[in-house]
Amino acid sequence: MKTGILIVIEQRGGEVKRASLEAIAAGLGVAEKLGGGVSAVVIGNDIAATAATLSGTGVEKIYTVEGTHLEAYSTEGWCKAATAAAEASDAGILMVGATTLGRDLAPALAAALEAGYASDCTGLDVENGNLFVTRPVYAGKANARVTCTADILVVGTRPNVFPANVQNDGTGTIESLAADAAEIRAQVTGIAAATKGTKDVSEADAIVAGGRGVGSAEGFAVLEKLAEVLDAAVGASRAVVDLGWRPHSDQVGQTGKVVAPTLYIACGVSGAIQHLAGMRTSKVIVAINKDATAPIFKVADYGIEGDLHEVVPALTEALQTVMQQG
Amino acid sequence: MNVIACIARVPDTATRIRIAADEKTIASDGVQYVINPYDEIALEEAVGFRDAHGGSLIVLHVGAEDFQKDLRQCLAKGADQAIHLKTDGPLGPSGVAEILAAEIQPFLPATIFCGKQSVDGDVGGTGTMLAYRLDLPVVSKISTFEVTGDTATCTREIEGGVETVTTSLPAVLTCEKGLNEPRRAGLKDIMAAKKKPLEVKDAQAPTTKLVLESLQLPPERPEGRIVGEGVEAVPILVDLLTNEAKVIQQ
Repeated sequence: MKTGILIVIEQRGGEVKRASLEAIAAGLGVAEKLGGGVSAVVIGNDIAATAATLSGTGVEKIYTVEGTHLEAYSTEGWCKAATAAAEASDAGILMVGATTLGRDLAPALAAALEAGYASDCTGLDVENGNLFVTRPVYAGKANARVTCTADILVVGTRPNVFPANVQNDGTGTIESLAADAAEIRAQVTGIAAATKGTKDVSEADAIVAGGRGVGSAEGFAVLEKLAEVLDAAVGASRAVVDLGWRPHSDQVGQTGKVVAPTLYIACGVSGAIQHLAGMRTSKVIVAINKDATAPIFKVADYGIEGDLHEVVPALTEALQTVMQQG
Repeated sequence: MNVIACIARVPDTATRIRIAADEKTIASDGVQYVINPYDEIALEEAVGFRDAHGGSLIVLHVGAEDFQKDLRQCLAKGADQAIHLKTDGPLGPSGVAEILAAEIQPFLPATIFCGKQSVDGDVGGTGTMLAYRLDLPVVSKISTFEVTGDTATCTREIEGGVETVTTSLPAVLTCEKGLNEPRRAGLKDIMAAKKKPLEVKDAQAPTTKLVLESLQLPPERPEGRIVGEGVEAVPILVDLLTNEAKVIQQ
């Protein structure tokens, strides 16, 4: 396998996504052991300034592929642009942050390059000159360790797993590549930001999640207040989503989102296996439940047995007091 | 235009995963295998699309194990025909896409619905790789889908928002939960499905590009503790979160 590494950068409105910086850091770590160089490719329109921000991150070369047809994201346009950079850099490993965009682009790239594809990886190690990738399967109920037999491997790095500290004194050089016209049949034609004040569970550092024990859609008001104090997102169990109390975008678990916040407060969540799979790698887990035998208490660091409609407002008030003291 | 729905077989999400002695597969005894939940959504969308725009709806499944009962369910839910492409050995998304693409060729032009990922490998690559092989546009992870003429407008959730993606048809669409509510088959439909064509064919498993070295359970979380009952326990919890876990900044 070729040892060069190419990081495909995700930028929105010229701003490099944190997940891309994490991918750079992960790539630099692998390159140190494999002995190859790390380059990056920035795709879009009018992105010279964006590319320049990457010159001090430790990457040797920053390719830019620019064109008006690359302004809005499209799988086809970006895949063709990234493929051009893969060929120019002669990389054996392509890395991309496994965000929604990354998870859309990476399999297309793997198909175009006839490469292997290891998505959403959480660990990268090198043994005897071979790269081994660890990735969760069954929503994290197990971890698979895989290696690639193709000439090229496309790796998606799970967000918030690899550190994003990539500052160094290096000066990467910028090289512009021609953007060949691509046939674009499917393209992003609009983006609407989520309602102000609502946080996405996949990006939040703290999550207050509710299960069937919350009792009703209106019952989530007490969780929302706690979330506001903690600057947290509100999450939900599958039961709650299936009952129509919360949108699917809030669902944590095997058919929802896999999350790993610093603090996860499960309120009235019994702890079905598919839910536990989606949040078990959270740093600190708190469970509030009437039923002391609920499985959620098995994974919770701290539990309170009691009625969430009494405990949660009291907790909100107590935390507010503590945090205001500071 | 034909309509295709691709269906994978996965352990039910309620399954407690245990690793088999080979340390490469899961222990399958006692595991209930079902249609991948996202593929149920893909099938429902495909049925609706076929009902609105005509054509024949073909369900395709690639895999080693018997899946007749579930494929009959797909026929009961509205598919016109089912084909099981029987292989042995692990495939991964690129292998599944290769087998599917070859089988789909004679049915083109076709709009193809897949789940956004299967809940075993969690890769989310098959639909996109299939689109590449068939030279079709692809929209992944769709939450809404509206057709006007030969154009479809889809939305998908992204971090902190929702984006709209417009595509020409035919296309490959990979489906997210929330897109629709999959139907249950009625008794009459189940009876009718018995007469619909269900074919099992042998397919050649392509060489895999990824090799699985090992499968392991994640480390157990340390045993937690119940710190108290009711509102009286709140000050104890706040103290622990602040001073022991140090996740609350004073």
